[in-house]
Amino acid sequence: MTLAADLTPREAKPNGAVLPSRGLGDRVSAVFWRHPNVLLVTLLALPLLWLVVVYLGSLAALLLQSFYSIDEFSGMIRREFTLSTYAELLRPANMDIIIRTVSMSAAVTLGAVIIAFPIAYFAARYARGHWKALFYLGVMLPLWSSYLVKVYAWKLILAREGIITWVTDGIGASAVLNGILALPVIGGSSLSTSYIGTWLVFLYVWLPYMILPMQASLERVPQSMLEASADLGASRWQTLRTVIFPLALPGIIAGSIFTFSLTMGDYIIPQIVGSSRRFIGQAVYQLQGTAGNIPLAAAFAVVPIVIMLIYLTIARRKGAFDAL
Amino acid sequence: MKHLKLLGTTALAAIIGFSPAMAQVAELGTPEGKLNIVAWPGYIERGETMAEFDWVTSFEESTGCMVQVKSANTSDEMVALMNEGGFDLVTASGDASLRLVAGQRVQPINLSLIPSWDTVDDRLKEAPWYVVDGVHYGVPYQWGPNVLMYNTDVFGDSPPNSWDVVFAEMDLPDGQTNKGRVQAYDGPIHIADAAQYLMYHSPELGITSPYELNQAQYDAALDLLRVQRTLTARYWHDAFIQMDDFRNEGMAASGTWPFQVNLLQGDGVPVASVIPQEGATGWADTTMMHVNAENTTCAYLWIEHSLSSNLQADLSVWFGANPVVPAACTDGRGMQTAEGCTKNGFDDFDRIRFWTTPVSSCESQDECVPYYRWVSDYIGVIGGR
Repeated sequence: MTLAADLTPREAKPNGAVLPSRGLGDRVSAVFWRHPNVLLVTLLALPLLWLVVVYLGSLAALLLQSFYSIDEFSGMIRREFTLSTYAELLRPANMDIIIRTVSMSAAVTLGAVIIAFPIAYFAARYARGHWKALFYLGVMLPLWSSYLVKVYAWKLILAREGIITWVTDGIGASAVLNGILALPVIGGSSLSTSYIGTWLVFLYVWLPYMILPMQASLERVPQSMLEASADLGASRWQTLRTVIFPLALPGIIAGSIFTFSLTMGDYIIPQIVGSSRRFIGQAVYQLQGTAGNIPLAAAFAVVPIVIMLIYLTIARRKGAFDAL
Repeated sequence: MKHLKLLGTTALAAIIGFSPAMAQVAELGTPEGKLNIVAWPGYIERGETMAEFDWVTSFEESTGCMVQVKSANTSDEMVALMNEGGFDLVTASGDASLRLVAGQRVQPINLSLIPSWDTVDDRLKEAPWYVVDGVHYGVPYQWGPNVLMYNTDVFGDSPPNSWDVVFAEMDLPDGQTNKGRVQAYDGPIHIADAAQYLMYHSPELGITSPYELNQAQYDAALDLLRVQRTLTARYWHDAFIQMDDFRNEGMAASGTWPFQVNLLQGDGVPVASVIPQEGATGWADTTMMHVNAENTTCAYLWIEHSLSSNLQADLSVWFGANPVVPAACTDGRGMQTAEGCTKNGFDDFDRIRFWTTPVSSCESQDECVPYYRWVSDYIGVIGGR
């Protein structure tokens, strides 16, 4: 402000320095300079509008719909506040869908942690130079090809007359495969029509999202701590359990947020590979379609949001977002 | 929101009765030079997918109406697009057509402006899914049955004669059980297939239409479907996934469209299809005209073209469907032949119950189970409830 005050008297002097006349751009920038808040609002208006109207607005519309209900007789939507649609979620068939989806998400996350940890550990601690590049390429490559192509390919691999059956027959291990498929609940008539198959495909498709944050957090574990641990006489197993794992936990949780939420929202994989038993995404898709039962579809859509909010709250306490 | 409005208008129209017919086009003017159609994928082909399947180019050349097609994958999408407006015609299925009429999205068709109307199949001329109170809200486009496809290696010389093979556990002619080797459609409308089976086998239930079920009939159909769940490894949703299942999953039998049967046979997969003794469900599509259509002359010319050109014959080959003009099967206007029509179920019209949306206020009884409950209950059945 002092500079502006300085300028005014000088401009007023008839014999002062000849300043070029101020164009529109100068004046606009002067306004921004004098009122920094105007600049801030101008820059933020569009993204904020996007966030509020498009993101939160549609979410609010969704939430609102879930408090309506469908009339039992006419099938029309009653636009009055009610919790009856949420009560409908508690019906056994609908609870099945929720439990099924959450269990699958948890199983996929657990599987991803177990498989991703050694890969990420190797990449973070041992891979150097070309190997590191190769690692990144290897992890990212599946992400570049179409999701649908991968899922269809898996359907063929897992089919009853697919390559897995062919190999197990060839090495005389078909009894093992049949034994696995005979398991109650998770088994089925072939891998591609069982929960095991659905789980495998989910695991494959979401694994990179677990490896990358995990690797980032493992790289940040200081070498000095590992040395200190060794100096104090810890075995390798003890070091892993009491030093590396707790320090890598934020990365693991960050990865699990991806695998968990992505599995919970997906409706394509369980449609192509699996026993046709519905997951939440499929139920939403079907209910909002010809059924016109938008309230129940909206209530279903709220379930993953609630579960993820709980999950994120716990994750934040564990410091998961430090690793992002 | 569109959906809400739609439901509202549909129900309102159902309550107060359909409003009187709106004005229809009295005479044709000069063609407007363009035409916008909402259609099922593969319904309007201009030789871009396969060169020999083209029924648009000749129309554009002779009338100067340039055809723009918007594909819609579900009936809901079709209704939504028609509600938005900006289109002249739609190829609406039985579940969408009455909704469009009730919502006043389509206008009556002046049949005297369509010279080929007389060639339309008599069985379709007064069909209830597009004729309301004697007013024609469209012109039939194409129809087809949902047939029973079976693996000829499994069934050998004794093709299945009943939907039994997908509804009850049994040993198939190859000596193995059908458990895990049959499929069913994963759309809730499949409940109608179960109801049709019961119509034949349990007459004491008194089902007169598989789309109009009271609670007791509906429960019986669901019980039948629960048995089917124990036999079915996977329900089919996508035609190409089902075809893959017949190739790689050792499927023996399933309800399906002639489309899949034709494609699989074309690839040398040992399958064939029948319409079993109980009959079958099916679909029947209608060309309907938007109430605010801008290109009415082109639209009328297209409707005439759809009946008189190679369209009926070639589309029925392409889609495994049936022409609505019987002559198209035999007069060589396109690639269809009498044998082809028979294969696609042309002679079985009377045994096919065409798809309509179940509503609570139904004709045959006091009150029927409406479609939204079909959806949630079928989800439960597939989930093992």
